[in-house]
Amino acid sequence: MDLLIQDVPTLVFVVVAVPAVLAIYIVGTEYLVRLLPDKQRPRVRPWFWVGPALVFVTAFLVLPALGTVVTSFQDHDGNFIGLLNYQRQLGDFPTGGAWIAIRNNVYWLILYTLFVLFFGLILAVLFDRVRYESIVKSFIFMPMAISSVALAVIWGFMYSYQPADAPQTGTLNFIVVNVFHQAPKTWLSDPTVNNFALIAAAIWGITGFAMVILSAALKGIPGELLEAARVDGAGELTIFRRVIFPLMMPTVVVVGTTLVIFALKAFDVVYVMTAGNFQTDVLANRMYKLLYQSDNPGGASAVAIILLIAVVPVLIFNLRQFRAVEARR
Amino acid sequence: MTAQAVAREEVVRAPAWSPAWISQRLQKVLLHVVVIGLTAAWMVPAIALFTSSFRHFEDINSTGWWTALAPPFKFTVDNYAKVLSSGNLGHSIFNSFMISIPATVIPTTIAAFAAYAFAWMKFPGRNYLFLALVALLAVPLQLTFVPVLKTYVSVGLVPQNWGFVGVWLAHTGYGLPFAVYLLANFFRALPSDLFESAEIDGAGTLTVFFRIVLPLSVPAIASLVIFQFLWVWNDLLVALIYVGGTENVAPVTVTLANLSNSLGQGWHLLTAAAFLSMIIPLVVFISLQRYFVRGILAGSVKG
Amino acid sequence: MRLIRFTRIPVIAAVAALVAGACAPGASNPNPTGAVHGGSVSVIGVWSGGELDSFNAVIAPFTQQTGITVNFEASRDQDAILTTRVAAGNPPDLAAAPSPTLLTRFANQRKLVPLDNIVDMNKMKQDYAKTWIDQGTVNGHLVQIFSWASIKGFIWYNPKVWTAKGYTPPKTWGDLINLQTKMKSNGDTPWCVTVNSGAATGWPGSDIQKEIALGQVGPAVYDKWWQGKQKWTSPEIKGAWQSFGQLLGANDANVYGGANYIVNTDFGKVGDPMFQNPPKCMMLNQASFITSFFPKSAVAGQDYDYFTMPSQNSANEGDRVGAADAWSMFHDTPQARALLNYLLTPEAQEVWVKRGGKIAVNNKVPVNDYPDSVSQKIAKDLVNNTKVLKYDAGDLMPSDMKNAYWQAIVAFIQDQSKLDSILANLDKVQSSAYTS
Repeated sequence: MDLLIQDVPTLVFVVVAVPAVLAIYIVGTEYLVRLLPDKQRPRVRPWFWVGPALVFVTAFLVLPALGTVVTSFQDHDGNFIGLLNYQRQLGDFPTGGAWIAIRNNVYWLILYTLFVLFFGLILAVLFDRVRYESIVKSFIFMPMAISSVALAVIWGFMYSYQPADAPQTGTLNFIVVNVFHQAPKTWLSDPTVNNFALIAAAIWGITGFAMVILSAALKGIPGELLEAARVDGAGELTIFRRVIFPLMMPTVVVVGTTLVIFALKAFDVVYVMTAGNFQTDVLANRMYKLLYQSDNPGGASAVAIILLIAVVPVLIFNLRQFRAVEARR
Repeated sequence: MTAQAVAREEVVRAPAWSPAWISQRLQKVLLHVVVIGLTAAWMVPAIALFTSSFRHFEDINSTGWWTALAPPFKFTVDNYAKVLSSGNLGHSIFNSFMISIPATVIPTTIAAFAAYAFAWMKFPGRNYLFLALVALLAVPLQLTFVPVLKTYVSVGLVPQNWGFVGVWLAHTGYGLPFAVYLLANFFRALPSDLFESAEIDGAGTLTVFFRIVLPLSVPAIASLVIFQFLWVWNDLLVALIYVGGTENVAPVTVTLANLSNSLGQGWHLLTAAAFLSMIIPLVVFISLQRYFVRGILAGSVKG
Repeated sequence: MRLIRFTRIPVIAAVAALVAGACAPGASNPNPTGAVHGGSVSVIGVWSGGELDSFNAVIAPFTQQTGITVNFEASRDQDAILTTRVAAGNPPDLAAAPSPTLLTRFANQRKLVPLDNIVDMNKMKQDYAKTWIDQGTVNGHLVQIFSWASIKGFIWYNPKVWTAKGYTPPKTWGDLINLQTKMKSNGDTPWCVTVNSGAATGWPGSDIQKEIALGQVGPAVYDKWWQGKQKWTSPEIKGAWQSFGQLLGANDANVYGGANYIVNTDFGKVGDPMFQNPPKCMMLNQASFITSFFPKSAVAGQDYDYFTMPSQNSANEGDRVGAADAWSMFHDTPQARALLNYLLTPEAQEVWVKRGGKIAVNNKVPVNDYPDSVSQKIAKDLVNNTKVLKYDAGDLMPSDMKNAYWQAIVAFIQDQSKLDSILANLDKVQSSAYTS
């Protein structure tokens, strides 16, 4: 079985065999479905198509999630203790328990989502109009290719602090001291700015993601539509508002939803840059600490469930969007 | 000449130095200035890192990176040399490919089929099931490690017996919610006339999917491939849990993270390591760029 | 029957001897593991970068003699990886941790193999100070052994600068305070302190504070303190914090850069201002490993030297705080036993000692193995001048208490006037952290 680790042939085999097997599966089940009477076919067929996906997510996400729900009601030895874990995490409003993390996640939710959507959209639209689009897109995308550890190193440089009488080594403080003539700021430890500093680093890292998806959606808008609008004398801004944005709305919802969930799950940037200290804690970081440092799986599970509950409003919004799109068909 | 071509000619033929002509040119210039300016500002942190990767450790520590851009130029390739010579680099790059490629191909194919069903097949509970899938995006991965690993161990799915299969399956499970969500959205954006014409022509589900939908969804699938590949390539924790960090199976993220010791010394090597490790995902991105072309849908609908 | 049984024993012994002889060609090496040959042992640790090179140098002779492959995995996320693997039933054979906290947790969960019958206890009692054996004993069984240590409470200074300015290392606490005052009147900043360390931010400051505590309150109260039986608000412990504040000065005036710099600068950079020209501070308090962070051009003994922190209470003079790399076993295999026993030998430990940066726990490692005059002085100090060696109090506290302690250090540095509320908060954590 060492072959499975070392071999290029194994790689090729897997890359070819898996799609082939899946294709055969789909074709095979289609024949099975054809054996059914016409009316039954549309009722049975979808389940074959979504089947493999459902199996995987059940095994890797649903069952563990259910396990997490159970654990959130248990103490360390597995005894049922009702809502005690939740009480502990949600106690001491406003500064105790998970409340600082919750407050910070709200910052993330609003600022991260809005700025990334804004930048992603603007960049996608602007870059679409220049011939060197590929090149600039690659530059904006570059931060996505960086691991979170490297991101922390980069932005650690940007936020570096030296005492006021010493030469600044951090880019931001250099500008603050030499251009704005202010005292250098401790960007990562000052509670009035540090959350925003972390969010800025995260925005830098993920905008490429939004830009790529929004750009792909933009390309899906037929060129003739835009040309016709221009010929009709519409200005660029109007074209954006009346033609482009409405047609991209479904994709904006998808990107926005994904970003909201990323904001709730924000972990890497916080963990590597401040580890949640100086009031920058976020729910995922708190969960990590409870699970691995405090050896408190019940508390960690409770925090995870709180996170999952916070996703529900987003899901409701999505549901409304689906129904609206369906109605328009 | 079509009406459109005539109109375009009129617009282009605005007399030189007329207000319309000037306004057009200014708009063009403004566009380029904004695009290039934004990109340049965006790149500042990366340029900072890039410059620092060519400096000695003592310099990085004591002076800002911009000072390196003025004489005296004290550049060095030491950092890169150290990273490239770290024993396991070549092998771990291979390992990263061995992990990332299947972990991209498998979820993409499974998601394509599922997304099509969610987008264009009506079945009871479809919307709620889809939303449940989206909700799974929020499940924190750390809480899945112990249950999944326990199951793996009990059936013997450990690296010694099955190599990377365990981590492929795990990444598939973790990546499917986003993959399905993204692809379903793109599939749904296809004009419904497409499917109606196909139906009129007597095409079955398979023909529609393989011959119509897939070719038209190339930008979407390309985006998904990029993201999934990227996330798996840059992942550290999932690999450590399901594959381990021993030399013969460690991916490149583990090897590079281990350039600095437990006290954080050697972090300056991470500047060079970051750039080296960025190369492959960027190559993948650039090579897939040609699929992001407008007009794939042009002429797809008759009449 | 009886004949066969009686001959079986000598035959087996002869075969074993043959095998042992065949597998240990350089038989002059006192390797107690001669009987095991081939196979592998899996280890999870935190050593990477240069440390991993040193560790590989340590086990190279072992692999050569026994043919046992050591599969080492390094990760700074050791808490996460090890907790998950243990919980999932897939632990490594051995684990090396920089502190006993995690391993003690596993001991209490009964996941560790007791080492009483695996290591030679008699030899251990000869080669190791009692404190290390006691430290590794949980619930009556030896479950952790220690290989390499670092000692705290060293105050580092630049002898050239001090000679030029007329400063001499203080012998008593009073002398230290007077020296501070003298330095300030000369316009010099006495201290460099930096405490940033990612998730563990605050721990370098806690090193200072706990050394002061040991010197001030003595070993008995020190023990009660980390066991959670001594309140943080008690006068003894509060006094130790106030002494720490004495060194820092009001508003951290005695420290280069003030609170902002202390809290935002990585602990590895603590020596940078001291080695600048002109030097920005006169001394710094850090454990023995900090020398590996000093500029490469600095020469031991000439550009840097140390004196031990004087105890506030002279009765406690000679008491030191230390910490060491802890090893535990999850799977009892012949290969794991072999490696563990190898790591206990002075031959194994001196390999790393010679490379610098670590102090051997085995007291049979010759002093001359240490690569420079300063580390030799440390080794001699450890053996001759250390009355009581206590393990790092923070590392012995439960994780929640330890993290609260580190954060309290940061809060104290940022605003010393808040000491009472900081200590009250620590008491609150203490009341719940030690249960479960």
